[in-house]
Amino acid sequence: MNKVTNIIDAISIIKDGQTIMVGGFGVPGTPFMLIEALLQQGTRHLTLIKNEANEPHLGVSKLIEAGRVDRLITSHLGLNTTVLELMHNKKIAVEFNPQGILVERIRCGGAGLIGFISDIGIDTVLSQNKQAITLNGQKGVVESALRADVAMIHAAVGDDLGNLVYEKSARNFNPAMATAADIVIAEVESIVNTGSLDPDTIHTPSAFVDRVVEIGKLQDEYGILEHHVFA
Amino acid sequence: MSLPSRDKIARRAEQEIIAGQVVNLGIGIPTLILKYLNWEKRVQIHSENGILGMQSHCSRETADRNLIDAGGGYIDLVKGASFFDSSLSFALVRGGRLDIAFLGALEISARGDLANWMIPGKYTPGIGGGMELAQKARRLIITTLHTNRKGQPKIIESCNLPLTAKACIDRIITELAVIDVVDDQLKLVEIAEEATLEEIVEKTDAPLMIPDRNLPQF
Repeated sequence: MNKVTNIIDAISIIKDGQTIMVGGFGVPGTPFMLIEALLQQGTRHLTLIKNEANEPHLGVSKLIEAGRVDRLITSHLGLNTTVLELMHNKKIAVEFNPQGILVERIRCGGAGLIGFISDIGIDTVLSQNKQAITLNGQKGVVESALRADVAMIHAAVGDDLGNLVYEKSARNFNPAMATAADIVIAEVESIVNTGSLDPDTIHTPSAFVDRVVEIGKLQDEYGILEHHVFA
Repeated sequence: MSLPSRDKIARRAEQEIIAGQVVNLGIGIPTLILKYLNWEKRVQIHSENGILGMQSHCSRETADRNLIDAGGGYIDLVKGASFFDSSLSFALVRGGRLDIAFLGALEISARGDLANWMIPGKYTPGIGGGMELAQKARRLIITTLHTNRKGQPKIIESCNLPLTAKACIDRIITELAVIDVVDDQLKLVEIAEEATLEEIVEKTDAPLMIPDRNLPQF
């Protein structure tokens, strides 16, 4: 089965009010082209699940600044003062999770589990409103699994069957999110013929991926952010 | 000429790292430790976004768009480095494979509680990976200036700000002193060359055990 399609067709399945997972940690692994297509499509009242909100005027921050996102489930917004301000002005609802708990909730959702028990944050404000539980003498709280209607993923290479390979620190949240949505759209920098990827090197198996979009020449958004060059 | 305070803290903190350890450096002064790190120790530095074996921030010429640390800076790798996803990255932290972590602080309590992620109404960026690092690193070192921007002590009887984690701190390194948390109490273990005992006590707003002997200097 050939899952390769064009970007407009791929994004057209996303509807108002849906929950969307978006891969990436900073620039690496963020599917900028899919985000741009979603912005152009005009879809509204979205719930986004992403590690952070990129930086002002970049990536998912564009969707948020355009008022398309009602709710953001995330870990850290320290590099996005624009979204923090929207949060303070109650233009967007934000749910913060410890980073490893966020990805584990996604992993659980992808693995068909209901939730898990963790002791992270048990003595802090983050444990408020969570069910406390003691198991094998250890105190913890119940963390619920997370799933989405659609996941938007970025990979370096894909084949037309949907196998994906990520590069360097662009892997981050992508493999977990690729398991945790009803429909998974992967943008890839290049598509190769099925059979040419070494099975040992595939990070996300084809069964998890529904649509593959080749993004061609990388836009500027994928490049180096000069203000993060320190040496 | 003496080093700036932040560098003095970073240089002293580097001595906490033992050969072969798996290390995580938080943002701020902890990242400055890289400047003083003796690479003959062959440590592996962990970055939350899925890297074990990062080296240091690299030049514009060698910057790779797909290779950043958790703060967004472009980095080099050491030999033996590996990449993995975010789930495995925190399995490494929570599962007990992170030997030592260095974090900054807004407030530190007399029992070793840490508050470093939130000032309600003013600074609420989210916790990121900080809570897991504070709670689960096998050894947690706090590197911080002894007082805040207003000159008030950061080490206080109990934290007013929302906690990052309770009783998580093993050692505090400031520009004035090295202080250990032992049995829920603070114990002075080293004094900076330029500091006096009186100054340290004055700028510490919590009970401090002071051994009845000459303390080592740094």
